[in-house]
Formats: sequence, C-alpha cells, structure tokens
Amino acid sequence: MQKTISGAVCPECDAQVGLDADARVSEIVECVECRSELEVKSVEPPLLELAPEVEEDWGE
Amino acid sequence: MTMNSDAAALGILASRVRFEEKSIMAALDRRGIAFEHLDPRTLHIAGGNSWTGPGLVINREVGHFRARYAASALESVGVVVLNSAAATHVSGDKWLTSAALLRAGLPTPATSLALTPDAALKALDELGYPAVVKPLVGSWGRLVTQVTDRAMAAAVLEHIEALPSPQSHVVYLQALVPKADNDIRVVVVGGEPIGATRRRGDQWRTNVARGAVSQVCALTDEITDLAARAAAAVGADIAGVDLIEDTEGGLTVLEVNDRVEFRGFQGAHSGVDVAERIVDLAAARGVR
Repeated sequence: MQKTISGAVCPECDAQVGLDADARVSEIVECVECRSELEVKSVEPPLLELAPEVEEDWGE
Repeated sequence: MTMNSDAAALGILASRVRFEEKSIMAALDRRGIAFEHLDPRTLHIAGGNSWTGPGLVINREVGHFRARYAASALESVGVVVLNSAAATHVSGDKWLTSAALLRAGLPTPATSLALTPDAALKALDELGYPAVVKPLVGSWGRLVTQVTDRAMAAAVLEHIEALPSPQSHVVYLQALVPKADNDIRVVVVGGEPIGATRRRGDQWRTNVARGAVSQVCALTDEITDLAARAAAAVGADIAGVDLIEDTEGGLTVLEVNDRVEFRGFQGAHSGVDVAERIVDLAAARGVR
C-alpha cells in the first residue's frame, strides 16, 4: 500500500480524505464518503476544494 | 525571448492533474528534469517578448479553448508548444479535423457541415439515417446524438437552435458507422504510432470515459500507416487517433485527439510507457 498523507478534509461532508504520498497540486481525488470530486489545492498542508464542474469544451 | 536562468526549461500546462499529467510529471522527476506546472486558470501572457517561463511547454489543458489560446499566446513569445497551437486548433474542432483528413486523402466516415439547423435537416436527407449529430468542440462522447429518423432529427435540431452560442448553430453531421461499439485507439508520439488498443463498450459510443474497456491491439501496417498520416494531417506530434471499421471492413479515421488521454491504453500496455515517450519527445526538442 502506498503511504498516504492524512489531514485533508472534504469541504462537502467533512470526511477525512487520505492523499497518496505522491499527490500533486491540481490533482483530482474523490471523497470516499460523499463521492464529491475534489481538487488538491495544497499538499503541505493538505487542502482540498470542490473540483470545478466539467465545462462544455473539456476533453482530449 | 528573455529567459530567466532560474526558470525550469519545461512547463506542463494543465488545470487538472489526472493520471496522464501525473504520469508525465513522474517521468520528468525520474529523469531529474525540472519542470514548472503552469495552471491556465492563473496564467496570463503579455504580448511581446517579456516571457520568463519555460521554453518548451507540454499542453495538457483539458479545456479546448484555454488550450488553444494558451498555446497561441505561448508561441507568440517564442515558446515551443507540444502540440502546436495550430494542431490544437484543428484537432479540437471536428469539422476542421474532417477537412484535414479529407485533404490528406484519408478515409473518414461520410460527413457534412450545415451552417444552420435548418440546413442540417436537408443535409441529413442526403446523408441518410441513422446519422450522428456532434458538437464541433467537445469530447468523451458528450452531446453526441444518434438520430434514427427525420422526426427525431427535427427535434434535436430544434434544441440546437435554442442554444445561445452562434457556434452551436453550425451543425456537424456524420453517417453512423455500423460497428460504433468497437474502435481502435492508436497513440502517436513524435509522429510514430507507439501502440494501439481495441475499445469495446456496451454503448454505441466507445469512449473510455463512458466505461469502454481497452485491450491491446496489434499495430498492423494499415493501422500504423493510417494513424501516422492522420496525426500528420492535423499537425499533431502527440495524438490519440481513433479508427473504426467501415461498412466494407476497411479502417476509417474517426477522430484525432491532440491532448490524448491514455489511462485506458496504459492499463492495457505493459511494454509501452506513453509518459516516458512524451518526455523523450520533449528532450528531443531541446529540453535537457
């Protein structure tokens, strides 16, 4: 198992969200409790925000 | 261009760090190549030559318009962008891609561009049903609509007419390819096809974003040739080319994606590392 960074809190439901040790800023993670899509705003200290909604022109 | 000697030589342009961006960043870390993460949400580029950021940028921005304009602005101050702004402009637009494929003499499904929803109904009479109505810009099969008859098409086009953006009223129409639940994704890096996957879905759209499953597909001469030529047709150094079987059993080019998502591909392939190949390409273009 990969080591995780603890201390991040879901801004939607207050659940603790563990981040992978190699987490990066702007990475998208999912809250295990409420399934919200969250964006990593900071790794140290771990800070999460609700991820932006998908826009019409998003894609590959 | 004025370069800051302390600045990283390479930038990753991305507002959303997904599997792909993280893989590229990890590959750069493994090689000890310093990079700067450029977030388009906070990026502004002054015209002229005052840029002090990276000299080469890998464009991984998820939003087409941000990707296209960021690439153009970066190129205007002397930055090399992978892919180029011109490639993003063409491959991010379904009609421009079709036009480029046709110009290059590549097989692609029968396609029509209608300049108004009214004209689209007439175009569909000629194209025949079932057909597919697609937005010019967008991905993941979003808002792609299969129309099976004229009444359904009229209803869909009425909704399109009600959309606020003038660009939405330009309608891209394509004949439905019979085996649309089964396509081939070819990843091209540096103009070279590096592998392919066959994607099977339980829907008529085979986007991995819609749950399609990827399995390794052998790179035949036909697949290699078509994918390389399709990427070249839109000017993309890095591309995800989607191929599909046409009614005669030959392959036809459906799409070329310039900011290719390769999670499904990478999950199927153990012998090819897409992120490493992208970093190889960046290194070959001058980043040490």
